[in-house]
Amino acid sequence: MGNLPILTLMTFLPLAGALLVMLIHSATGGRGQSGKLVLATGILVSAATFAVSVAAFVAFDPNTAGYQLVEQHAWYGPISYKLGIDGLSLSLVVLTTFLTPICLLASWNSIEKRMTEYVIAFLVLETFMIGVFVALDLVLFYVFFEAGLIPMFLIVGIWGGKDRVYAAFKFFLYTLIGSLLMLVAMVYMILAAGSADVEVLETYSFAPGIQTWLWLAFAASFAVKLPMWPVHTWLPDAHVQAPTAGSVILAGVLLKMGGYGFLRFSLPMFPDASALFQPFMFALAVIAIVYTSLVAWRQTDMKKLIAYSSVAHMGFVTLGIFAFNETGVQGAIFQMLSHGLISGALFLIVGVVYDRMHTREIAAYGGLVNRMPIYASFFMLFTMANVGLPGTSGFVGEILTMVGGFQAATWAAAGAALGVIFSAVYMLTLYRRTVFGEITNPELNGIKDMNLVEWICIAPLAVLTLLFGIAPNLIFNLTDGSTARILSMMARGQ
Amino acid sequence: MLDLTDILMTIAPELWLAAAGLVGVLLGAVFGERFNSLSFKFGALSLFGAAGLAAAHFQGGEAFGGLVRTNTFVNFAKVISFGLAGVALIVSESFLKRHQTNRYEYALLMIFASVGMGIILSAADLMTLYMGIETLSLSSYVLAAFHRDSARSSEAGLKYFVLGALASGMLLYGASLVYGFTGSTSFTGIAEAGLSNGAMFGMVLIIVGLAFKISAAPMHVWTPDVYEGAPTPVVAFFASAPKLASTVVFANVLFTVFGDAMDQWQLIVGIIAGASMIVGSLGALVQTNIKRLLGYSSIANVGYALVAVAAGPENGAAALLTFSTIYAVTTLGLFAGVLAMRRASGMVEGVSDLGGLIRTKPLLTVMLSVLIFSVAGMPPFGGFFGKYEVLQAGLNAQLMPLAILVVISSVISLGYYLKLIKIMWFDEPAERLETVDVSVMGVVLLSALIAGVVFVVFISELGTGGWATFAASGLLR
Repeated sequence: MGNLPILTLMTFLPLAGALLVMLIHSATGGRGQSGKLVLATGILVSAATFAVSVAAFVAFDPNTAGYQLVEQHAWYGPISYKLGIDGLSLSLVVLTTFLTPICLLASWNSIEKRMTEYVIAFLVLETFMIGVFVALDLVLFYVFFEAGLIPMFLIVGIWGGKDRVYAAFKFFLYTLIGSLLMLVAMVYMILAAGSADVEVLETYSFAPGIQTWLWLAFAASFAVKLPMWPVHTWLPDAHVQAPTAGSVILAGVLLKMGGYGFLRFSLPMFPDASALFQPFMFALAVIAIVYTSLVAWRQTDMKKLIAYSSVAHMGFVTLGIFAFNETGVQGAIFQMLSHGLISGALFLIVGVVYDRMHTREIAAYGGLVNRMPIYASFFMLFTMANVGLPGTSGFVGEILTMVGGFQAATWAAAGAALGVIFSAVYMLTLYRRTVFGEITNPELNGIKDMNLVEWICIAPLAVLTLLFGIAPNLIFNLTDGSTARILSMMARGQ
Repeated sequence: MLDLTDILMTIAPELWLAAAGLVGVLLGAVFGERFNSLSFKFGALSLFGAAGLAAAHFQGGEAFGGLVRTNTFVNFAKVISFGLAGVALIVSESFLKRHQTNRYEYALLMIFASVGMGIILSAADLMTLYMGIETLSLSSYVLAAFHRDSARSSEAGLKYFVLGALASGMLLYGASLVYGFTGSTSFTGIAEAGLSNGAMFGMVLIIVGLAFKISAAPMHVWTPDVYEGAPTPVVAFFASAPKLASTVVFANVLFTVFGDAMDQWQLIVGIIAGASMIVGSLGALVQTNIKRLLGYSSIANVGYALVAVAAGPENGAAALLTFSTIYAVTTLGLFAGVLAMRRASGMVEGVSDLGGLIRTKPLLTVMLSVLIFSVAGMPPFGGFFGKYEVLQAGLNAQLMPLAILVVISSVISLGYYLKLIKIMWFDEPAERLETVDVSVMGVVLLSALIAGVVFVVFISELGTGGWATFAASGLLR
């Protein structure tokens, strides 16, 4: 396969699929069963994209640090069309291509209106998400990063719940203001360094005073995206209002862009500023972990509870990244991947009962185990994974980020450890109130257990959660090189 | 004789247009109403021809002893403005036909307005500049009031005329002050004489007069009213071609006449730019009429363009051309989109009339959404690169506060752009719209494709390092 531009192919295959879907729609005139046909096409295209990403995975050599499969073409002034992957981006790309077909499949029964637009929005979103992770040019990254807002805005706004418009606007505007500040910083960097190439900028040293400002501008964007306390408030709204598949993608992939941004840009390009802000970030991370865990405990809406739990788990990612040691950064990357699987699965789990009962109120459930034993088992697995039970991937991420954090600042790790306890409190409370006990709501009497489609969606996530929990080296082997590389560039500043 | 050829080539587009306008008047006098439908094609062809002539003599030259001088910078603007004016004329016909006002005078007025655009761009003397502005403005006043039976259109024309006359007066007063203190009306003469304090007063008045023409805050008040009242195709024209031409002239005057006084006008232009961005984006938030909304949006966008002007000729000229070109194409497409929406009971002008457009007109909606996101400066569409260039110019010139204002204004303006998207995509369908004319729809499609794809893939041909940079180099020589 030699010179095949595999990354370009992977990035734009979903976009081509979106055009195909458009053609199918106009050919069938949107009548009869065309919705299912369109959805099936979408699933096939995203599955093919997954296959391409697996090919990229095979072509990738984990023993070489630095960027691989690089494609570069001149584009515009100092800006080039440059793609490439290292272990960090590859793992997130595979997560993206893995989750997208699952999301589309999960929509098989739950999306009833405007299927063509739905599939197109998802495929376009996939292109932008992959693009974010493979772009090795500041402006190209920015284009993908911000363009992803448009399809997500439509997904939340069209297929969302009651307050979908409010949630969509909040999501868009919150993210946008951070991104635009980052754009100003990017333009400044390009003017100063004369290049937008990530590899060039990684070796370029900005004066420490300038670094502080640039770091703040980048952090404004990534902190909103991650999201970190106190700019997390868009997330619960967006999650609650988004359709199930939208929540899965949001929690599974879009949040990871924040962590990815810190690792790809903030640490290597502004090492002095990153070190300067370490205590600040630790403080925010601990507040996020403790505070949002407590907030999650008091939620009456299942999706909102999981959304707040996401904020808390992203706090661990922040903690790990800003520990600046190998344990912490490895743990942060692992935690991102693991959280992508677990929170994605939890949103699917909520979606299963939501499709049947059309409510997410915890109080409306109870005693589900009597009618849905298989569902209860899966729910149990992911509850435990979210709590961080050893043997699941959630444990590995949490323990590593805490160990890394401990080496950097004991107080931060101690605070984060509190969060682990709280996460057990809120997750187990959720599980007990929905699954155990007697059936109190008479409408639950006729509820059916998981059907085949739901099985196919959730089972792979369960397998991977356990697999990565038992054999975390599968991921560490992949991300070793890039972690060491990021840290060596980080060390350059101090 | 060589001299004459050179003169002719320099003013060829304007000569050609003026001749075409006069021929049109003759044809109209002879054939009367039978010339009506032909006049639009005649006008569009003349305008495209003028664009071609400007492109053919792109390097420019000098004529009439320095009254007229062109270079690549202004010729670039000429090519785009004439081309856009031609397209604006094409989209006008079907609308005017429905309102039984498709008279040939319309096409001729547009030609004469374009003559004015050409003259202000070529001007190298304050007298020439003033004459060009008046030619453009007088034609524009009449165009704004072209629906003479409609009270709103007449009101728009009158408002435009009264306020425009005031602005012209200020411009003229400024010009006379400058002449009085420097002893010259020619651009080079003034630049050589240097600026005394008195001439500086004149410069400020000239800036005020020109700011009115490009509807920059605080001289913007006429814009929403005129945009709302004037016939939609006329607004499509105002918002694209003359807007681009006037903005480039604004820059040209500051760069060539007052180039040495940049430290004096940079602050003024910066304040005007900041005020325009904030007034435009805040004003648009509360609008319910699409044309008013786009009027405020155009004020905000002039603010962005002025950031490039404030950055000075070295940093900002290419950015100004790139930004204005992308913006003008997008805006023309947007107005064509407004023209494309029509229902049995009349024009679609209320924002809420777009409700659920995606269900009834999916293609049009997608194209409009591309244009809206482009004008909002969202990647991956062309408008993003315009804004990127502006930011780059601003930062290059150390104008950090303006760059931050661009960010703030962009976020605020997303509030109303997203509102449009929300209404079209999320809301339940409103009254069903009628079928769209092929020519109008074609322009919407084409401009969306240009803004959404062509500008993105081939941005290096247009922006930094491309045509705009080449054109801007004409200023620096």
